Amino acid sequence: MNAPSTTLASPTRNPTDWKGAAMQKRIAARYAAERRFRLLGMGAVLLSAGFLAFLLFTMIGNGARGFTRTEIALQIDFQTAPILIDPATVNAQSLAGANLQAITAQAADKALGAGGDALISPNAWLTVRDAILDNPKVLSQKITLSLPASTGIDLAAKGDASETDEAAYARLQQSGVVSTGFNSAFLSASDATDPTQVGIWGAFKGSLLTMLVTLLLSFPIGVATALYLEEYAPKAWWTDIIEVSINNLAAVPSIIFGLLGLAIFLNLLDFPRSAALVGGMTLALMTMPVIVIAGRNAIKAVPPSIRDAALGVGASPVQVVFHHVLPLALPGILTGTIIGMARALGETAPLLMIGMRAFIATPPGGITDPATVLPVQIFLWSDEVSKGFIEKTSAAIIVLLAFLLAMNGLAIYLRNKFEKRW
Amino acid sequence: MLTEEQQALKPNNPKMTARDVNVFYGAKQAINKVSIDVDMDNVTAFIGPSGCGKSTFLRTLNRMNDTVASARVEGEITLDGENIYAPSMDVVQLRARVGMVFQKPNPFPKSIYENIAYGPRIHGLASAKADMDVIVEKSLRRAGLWEEVKDRLNESGTALSGGQQQRLCIGRAIAVEPEVILMDEPCSALDPIATAKIEELIHELRGRYAIVIVTHNMQQAARVSQRTAFFHLGTLVEYGVTSDIFTNPKADRTRDYITGRYG
Repeated sequence: MNAPSTTLASPTRNPTDWKGAAMQKRIAARYAAERRFRLLGMGAVLLSAGFLAFLLFTMIGNGARGFTRTEIALQIDFQTAPILIDPATVNAQSLAGANLQAITAQAADKALGAGGDALISPNAWLTVRDAILDNPKVLSQKITLSLPASTGIDLAAKGDASETDEAAYARLQQSGVVSTGFNSAFLSASDATDPTQVGIWGAFKGSLLTMLVTLLLSFPIGVATALYLEEYAPKAWWTDIIEVSINNLAAVPSIIFGLLGLAIFLNLLDFPRSAALVGGMTLALMTMPVIVIAGRNAIKAVPPSIRDAALGVGASPVQVVFHHVLPLALPGILTGTIIGMARALGETAPLLMIGMRAFIATPPGGITDPATVLPVQIFLWSDEVSKGFIEKTSAAIIVLLAFLLAMNGLAIYLRNKFEKRW
Repeated sequence: MLTEEQQALKPNNPKMTARDVNVFYGAKQAINKVSIDVDMDNVTAFIGPSGCGKSTFLRTLNRMNDTVASARVEGEITLDGENIYAPSMDVVQLRARVGMVFQKPNPFPKSIYENIAYGPRIHGLASAKADMDVIVEKSLRRAGLWEEVKDRLNESGTALSGGQQQRLCIGRAIAVEPEVILMDEPCSALDPIATAKIEELIHELRGRYAIVIVTHNMQQAARVSQRTAFFHLGTLVEYGVTSDIFTNPKADRTRDYITGRYG
């Protein structure tokens, strides 16, 4: 460099040449470095935003179709196929005796031509039954119902099916009986073998129950552990070991927790298989270290001056913790809890190990009933052969993401509510 | 009625006594054989250069050093003749009797009312809301803050200015009716006007409470205290009537310090 140099021997101080060429070059280089760094950061943000947008668009693009279904208007004449039940005593049980399945199939054959039965969903008779239960008078009338179409027709309507289905769909369209409706069954039904009949409610409820068990176990234990380690535990070799163990536990692959759950909860303790109880306990093991670590950091961040102040007016250690430290640490603890819970909500592997991947067609009634959860349901559907499951998988992902968003929204609300400045 | 001067020259009426107190942090000795009587009727100032142990010693007087895991106290410290390091001593009660005001104002992030009411509440000094209102008003009046905050008792204590916060902390200490108030450089974070108000307040509180104030400001010690203890390197070099210490110090180290040779 040709910058002015000062030697130890020189008697006078050399003034720095702030305007010189070398200095200008250095300034330009510094500005360039700043610019580069900012562009790099912006590029990273744009890239991640792009990935996120791609994910959301494909999910919503695919998944939105999972919330709609193709319906076929079908006329059923109960006068030619009478069901001999007194309209006053009609209920699900008395209707079980009537062969609604056959009546629906016959009506389909009659209205849509030979093989018409195959064009409507095998479970279309359930819609017929609901219509009768809704209004028993129809038993002596001719009614027209919008029945769910078969998987083939549904796919053809959404533009992705075999040639025979496409042709059948074209014929139906010509006769003007097809329409598109909101698939309310998707939000109220559970798993099924036929993609037109699957629903997410069972898995959603399973997730809800599992999360409840996880929260009820991991939050109190995690917070109590964090409090003990920060406020009470003496600094000794065994507390160091506990600390290292908890940090390691947070990094253990989740499938290991699944194996642990299988070995301890199912084999040793004989808890019910596939149940939300065991799933929640397994996920609680996984979530607890996250809560402990976040909780300890939040407790550490409470200024010591607040503890001094409370001790100074004669508060006991327990009073200091519960009146001052915990309320001030709560926003941080909640943030950690939500991160842990969000991870637990999206967890699949450990739940596969404890049998929550079973085919479960009824929503769980309680935490000991067989259940599955949203991510496992997504995993199961993505594995299905039938093409109709593709959109259902995406739709289930949308439900899972909405669940996650709602949880995070709640966390942010709670954090802001409890946040205090000092 | 005694004049201020006569009062200051009266022999000590000891409220707290310390005899041969040693304090260790791990292997390091922070306080070496300190013996001192804290007078009930006068303000005692601890002065000395940074790191001389005056704050450490202050914190042994209400066992705040207990919170430091490595701290160890030897010797005897009594409050009204009762050893405060005896196993039978209840630390929580001790700290209610020996209140403390800290270097940095540290109000709770709660309302002004709650800041004052917290201590009396946990000690069960008032059960009815009306009783508590009386305690809050009385404490804030004694802390010289009532007129400034009476219309906004529900606002956060942390929204007050630094000087007001420190007076709030003094009010909080007063609210539990302590017998001794320890002040650890209470004005070091405050501007001169706020400092003057606190000093005035200390004057008014004298006699009602035994007051010990740690300060690195010698003028402040001369202004507010009637007894001064000079600490250096963990030892008590000189202790006596403030006017004597400042005009006629016996030890060379004291003279060097108050004339500004080091500090």
